[in-house]
Formats: sequence, structure tokens, C-alpha cells
Amino acid sequence: MTLATQSNSEPNRRDFLYFATGAVGAVGAAAVAWPLVDQMNPDASTLALASIELDISSIEVGQSVTVKWRGKPVFVRRRTQSEIEEAKAVPLSDLKDPASDAERVKEGHEEWLVMIGVCTHLGCIPVGEAGDYNGWFCPCHGSHYDTAGRIRKGPAPENLIVPDYEFTSDTVIKIG
Amino acid sequence: MAHQSNYKPNSGFEKWMDERLPIIRLGYDSFVDFPSPKNLNYWWTFGAILAIFLVLQIVTGVVLAMHYTPHVDLAFNSVEHIRRDVNWGRYIQSAHANGASFFFFAVYVHIFRGLYYGSYKAPREVLWILGCTIFLLMMATAFMGYVLPWGQMSFWAATVITNFFSAIPVVGDSIKTLLVGGFAVDNPTLNRFFSLHYLLPFMLVGIVALHIWALHVPGNGNPTGVEVKSKADTVPFHPYLTMKDLFAVLVIMIPFAWFVFFAPDILGHPDNYIPANPLVTPPHIVPEWYFLPFYAILRAIDFNVGPIDSKLGGVIMMFGSIVVWFFVPWLDRSKVRSGAFRPMFRWFYWVWVISFIGLTYLGAQPAEGVYLFFAKLCTAYYFLYFLVILPFLPNIETTKPLPASISESVLAKSAPKAAE
Amino acid sequence: MKKFTKIISAVLIAASTLSAGTAFAAGGGDGPDPVLQDWSFAGVFGKYDPAQLQRGFQVFQEVCSSCHSADLFSFRMLSKKGGTEYSEAQVKALAAEYTVIDLEVEDGERPAIAADTWPNPFSTPLEAAGSNNGVVPPDFSVLAKARNVPQKFPNWIGNYFTAYQEGGADYIYNLLVGYHEEAPHGVELGDGQYYNDHFPGHKISMAPPLSAEIVDYEGNAPETVEQYAKDVSAFMMWLAEPDMTARKELGFRVIMFLILLTGMMYLVKRRLWSNVDH
Repeated sequence: MTLATQSNSEPNRRDFLYFATGAVGAVGAAAVAWPLVDQMNPDASTLALASIELDISSIEVGQSVTVKWRGKPVFVRRRTQSEIEEAKAVPLSDLKDPASDAERVKEGHEEWLVMIGVCTHLGCIPVGEAGDYNGWFCPCHGSHYDTAGRIRKGPAPENLIVPDYEFTSDTVIKIG
Repeated sequence: MAHQSNYKPNSGFEKWMDERLPIIRLGYDSFVDFPSPKNLNYWWTFGAILAIFLVLQIVTGVVLAMHYTPHVDLAFNSVEHIRRDVNWGRYIQSAHANGASFFFFAVYVHIFRGLYYGSYKAPREVLWILGCTIFLLMMATAFMGYVLPWGQMSFWAATVITNFFSAIPVVGDSIKTLLVGGFAVDNPTLNRFFSLHYLLPFMLVGIVALHIWALHVPGNGNPTGVEVKSKADTVPFHPYLTMKDLFAVLVIMIPFAWFVFFAPDILGHPDNYIPANPLVTPPHIVPEWYFLPFYAILRAIDFNVGPIDSKLGGVIMMFGSIVVWFFVPWLDRSKVRSGAFRPMFRWFYWVWVISFIGLTYLGAQPAEGVYLFFAKLCTAYYFLYFLVILPFLPNIETTKPLPASISESVLAKSAPKAAE
Repeated sequence: MKKFTKIISAVLIAASTLSAGTAFAAGGGDGPDPVLQDWSFAGVFGKYDPAQLQRGFQVFQEVCSSCHSADLFSFRMLSKKGGTEYSEAQVKALAAEYTVIDLEVEDGERPAIAADTWPNPFSTPLEAAGSNNGVVPPDFSVLAKARNVPQKFPNWIGNYFTAYQEGGADYIYNLLVGYHEEAPHGVELGDGQYYNDHFPGHKISMAPPLSAEIVDYEGNAPETVEQYAKDVSAFMMWLAEPDMTARKELGFRVIMFLILLTGMMYLVKRRLWSNVDH
């Protein structure tokens, strides 16, 4: 290192130059790194399907449809009056994951039950109009859900999840 | 490494590590303390530029592979999907495609520098041969990468190149069938090319490591061709050459960014935006620019020589044009290393460079008439240079006197300046 | 620095010579030279003109799309910034007018949504060829990038410095206005073939698709073949490269940043080496 003895006549200016160049370079490196990470986030074609609209006018009372949303099934059920009453009659203290029927539906649209059709136990798809509570039954490990999709018996810890959705009109719901 | 290690572990951890795996010592000796000739010019920065582009190609390539689908029905659209939908995909794809061109541009400069300054001469023959191997691997990798978008040019490039192998007598057709996995280029071909395109760059990294190892045994050459004699001839690699290399890398990044953002398709070919169609050949097929010189040599052979037909002859000459590089350390019999001190060699060298660039141009032209004539001329000179001029020029050439040392040559250069 | 400038200029000369091969693309050759247009999206600061793209889309929708597919054209692209810039509600309403195939629903068909792609006018390539003089009309998705205008040496060298990437749009424009009522003397046209100045070989199987007033524009743009051709060519360029505006904006910033950093790096290097004879 014969050059270590070079004169330091303007140490401040020199240090500043090195520091500033390093800082600008670091900004550049970060700007290159970010896109290489961000590319793993959902792309535009995936995001375009992040919310879907569903016309529910053709679903009769007592019928359900299953639609795919964000890669998972969503159950949309138009419940009968007796199913609604059955769900309302259950005391909250009987429930593993207490939620009233009103919390499971949208106000003024209590006929309609919209849930992600994935068992909260280990991810199987429950079967409709089945089980001890006349709601859904998961064949994998025997979880029983009632007519409001609440867990009543079996290993699942939580009720079937209600996704974010809204009624954009009386006959159209927007999920997500 | 050849030079003595000056690494002194500073912390307890470094000491602990040094006794178990002296990797910090290796890094320090190779890239910090390494004595480098102080008279290296900017042509010597292309090694660092190549290292950066290799990393860039691997990083962008791994990212692209997360979104690409190697299937004949989906490949073309998946590349467009990357361009259109994937976050930043337009730029990552463009950087990868144009990165290949810049990689080749830099490797040509690097090779030509070596040929001019005699970098291949003893004791650096192995270093040179490893470099030639890297170039061959690069060509294979680039070719297979070009097939992946599965456009018309991709498909017909794959067809033409794999047909090279069918020129081999007797077993040629079987080898070709084995390579493409069928009777013609199809889904199995695309799928295996994707696999190999992912594999080869990592093999490249391995050979690059050997290349650097082989460089660090004798140390860098330099423009005078006179070996380092004392410490006064050198500077430590860091910060002197790291910062100089970094500057050169940034300079190259400016035109690179220009291509990536403003002319992403200019080095490509419009026909590759037409999905592959095995029933229609585009009217004018041309390889990527970096293969054109070799393509021109292939096409220049349109005559049979004895039992060798023109097809086999073309393939032999094309591969021979690179194989001959491997023997350059022994073909060049000059005692003087650097072209800077060989007045006659310089002329022949630059004519060779011009003929190489000429072959690049001719490779893009139709193989007919005056183009074909010049392609033959340039091909002849190409081989003449390696097989006749390099071995026999020293017999008639009078070289200029060499400086006693690097320091002396540097002082001689700066003396007039100091006098002013 | 002088040494360095010398190297840079050597490198530039070599680069422009080496890249010689790539500029040649399919083209007619013996017809009149194509007339290059002034595109709003040309050059470093080029941007798409949303009004023009909307007109071009209208031409595509009402004329081209009855024969040509555009498999990679999703409705959602129409509301992207820097493009046609329709509102999301407009795109939703537009998509709903079209029916797409969805094998997961009853009947296998449903109205399109923004995430869907433009429906193909024919169900198989065979059907497409059958309805179009035996030739499958090329897909529009990236067609503007799959075509180019032939340029003679040394004109194309300039393209490397002007970021000229509009060869496809220029080709399409010239093709659309390059029809002749009758083939020149001595040229025999087959059944269902037409003579075009700019089509390679001049014999094209597409009937002249545009005529004056074939599409009703809402604004003041003239309803001429030239205007239609220009608008739809711009639209097709956008279809092939929907994010061009964003790309150029980002590119400008990247290059400015690189110039700054390179300049600083040069000062660092120079200062570092100032005490070394080299």
C-alpha cells in the first residue's frame, strides 16, 4: 500500500464525494432489487379476478350455487324460511364460535347466505344440505355446520368464513 | 493464490472463521488486496462487465422462469403474459433479452482484447482455454434461450441448428433425433431446452470461477505485455480497480438502459412475434446478431471437397472457427506478448477484426452474389490469420523494444506531460 | 478521459456495425416506398393519444374484429392508464355486450367481464380460413410488432438512436391505404386476391377493409380511409405494447439516474487514481 500516504488536503470534500456516491448507488441498487421481489406479487390478470359479480336472480328459494372466487369455492345459498328460523333459534351459548344469524348475513337480505366453502379445519370442501344440523357437512373429518354455516360439531374450530361482499342491487352481489 | 496473503483477521469471529473455512481470507486476497498492474486500460474492465451481466442474466432468468411455461401451446403467450401482466415484467423480460446481446458484445470485446495483447500466451494458456469454453457455453445457452419464446424465429432456429448435427456422417440423424426428442422440433425439444437453458448458466458460473482462479495464479496481463516485476508496478485491486470497473459497468449500463426501455425489440426480429408454425418458414431467417459471423462462415461453404459435402464442410468450418481459438496459445509463436510492440501484427490483427465484423454483416445478407464472394474471402482470411499468420509472422517481424518494467513504461508515457 | 472517449467511440462504431443484421425484415421491395407517419407515441417522450386509440378501437370493433382475433386483448386493458383510458364502468358495460366461452358455467357461455379476453370471431382456424379465401386472418394481439417496414442501409442505423419502434404501425397503415382497384398490367391475381403495394408479393387475400364513412366517429376526426388506417394502426401498436408510455417514462428516469451516478463514479475514480502514475 504505497498509496496509503496520499495527501489528505481536502478530507471533507473527498469524504463527501465517496459518501454521496455510495448513497446514490445504494438508492440505485434498491431500485433494481424491488422489481425483482415485487414481480412475485399477484399479477394484473390475477388481480383482475380479485372481485367478481354474481347475478343471483335465477336462484330459487332452497337452492345454492357454488362459484369460484380467488381460487376457492364460494357457496351462495338462498335459504328457506324454516332454515332461517332454525338458525335464529339457536342460543349463542350452544355455539363453539358464537355468532348470531344476523352477523352472518347482510341486513335486509337475510335469505342469502354467502360463505367461502372451505372447511375451517383442514381445508376440505363441505357438502351442502347435509350433516346433523341440516347445513353443511365436511366428509374429511366430520365437521357439521348449521344453516347459518356455523360450526356445531366436529374438529373444525370456526364457522365457515363469510367473505367481503355487497349487494350492488337486489339481484347482483359483488364478492371481494 | 500465487501472491502472499496479507489478510489479518480483525475480529474474534474472523479469527474463528479463518481457522475453519478461510473464505474471508480468500475473498480478501482475491478481490481486495490482489496486486493488479497499474497500467491496465479500459479494455481490461470488460471482465467485470461480463461478471455483472452474467449475474444479471441469472437473476432476471430465474425471475422469468417463475412466470414462463415451457409448452408449445402456452410458451408464446406466457412470454406475452410476462410483458403485459407480471409486475415489472416488461422490463425484466427486456433486460434479459437485451442482456444477452450486451453479454455477447462484452465477451467479443474481451476476446479481441485478449487476442491483441497476447493474453493467451504462457503462463495463461489454461485461462484462455477456460475462456473459450465459457464462450461455447454462452452460445449454447443463448441459442436455447432464444428458442423459449416459441415464435417463428425460435422454432426455425431450433430446426436449423439441430440439423447441424445431421451433417455428421453415419450417426448424424440419430444424434439429431436424440437432441430434439422426436422426428422434428416439438414440445419435447422446447421442454428440454428450457431445462438446459436453466442449467447451463450455473455451469458457466463454475467455469467462470475457474477462469478467475486461473487468472489469479499468474495475475493480470497488461498492455505492455511485460510481467509485473515489483510492487511498484501494481496497485491493490480494491479500491483502485473495483472503482474503475464499477465506473465502466455504469457507463455500459447507460446504452443498456436505452435498449431496455427505448428499443427493447430492435435487436430482435419481428418474425419472432409470430407464434411458431412448423408448416411455414419465414422468408428471411437470420440468427441473432452475435451468431452472424459463424453463420456467414457456415453458408460460405457451398462446394464439396472430396468426400466432404458442402453441408458437412460448412458445419466443420463453423465449429472449426471457434475450435481454432483453443489452439491460439500454441499457434502464435511470437516471443513478444503485446500487439502494441508488434508493428506488422497490428495490421494483420485489425484486418482480422474488420473481416470478423464483415462476416457479421454478411451473415445477415442473403447468401448470394457479391455477399457470398466476400463471405468466402473473409472466411479464408479468418483461418489464414490463425493458421498461417500467427505462426509464421514472427519469422519476418521486427518487434519494438520492450520497456524494462510497467513502471518504466508508465513513467515514459507521463514524462512529456511532466515536462510541460 | 481522452483515452476513454476513444474507446467509447470505437465501441459505438463496432456496435452499430455489428447490429447490422437485425434490421432487415419482411417487405415488398419492388413497390413504392412506404410513407412513414408521425406517431404521437414515437421517440423518447412519445405517448399514446387516448382519443386516437379510442377511434382506432372503434374501427377494430366495427370492422377488423369480424374476421381477426385478438387472443391476448383483455377488456381490462381498455381502462389502463396511458392507453385508451376508458372508465372502468365503460369497460364493464362494453364487455357485457360480448359473449365468451366458459366451460364452467351452464350452457358453456356467459357475458364477458373485464377480466375476459376478446372473443374469437371463429371457433377453429379451419372455420376462419374457410370464411376468408382460405387464409386464416392473423391474430391482432402482437401483430404490430410482428411486422416492419423495410428500410435500406444506412437509414436503419438511425433507429438505434431515435428509438424508432413504430415499423409495425407504419407497415399496417401503408398496407391499409395501399390497395389498387386493379392489378397493374401483367400481374395475374387469383380468386379472392387483391393487389396491394405494400404486401410482400403484392397479392393479398384480404379485401380492402376500409372505405370512407364506414365507421361513424363521434368527434371531428375525418371519416376517411387514411384517418381510419392511421387510427387503427395506432390502436394495434397499443394492443401489442399496452404499457409503452409507462415504459418510456420509466426509461427516461432510469437513464437520467444512471448518468448522474456514472458522473459521480467518474469523479470517485479520478480522485482515487490521482496519485497513481498509470
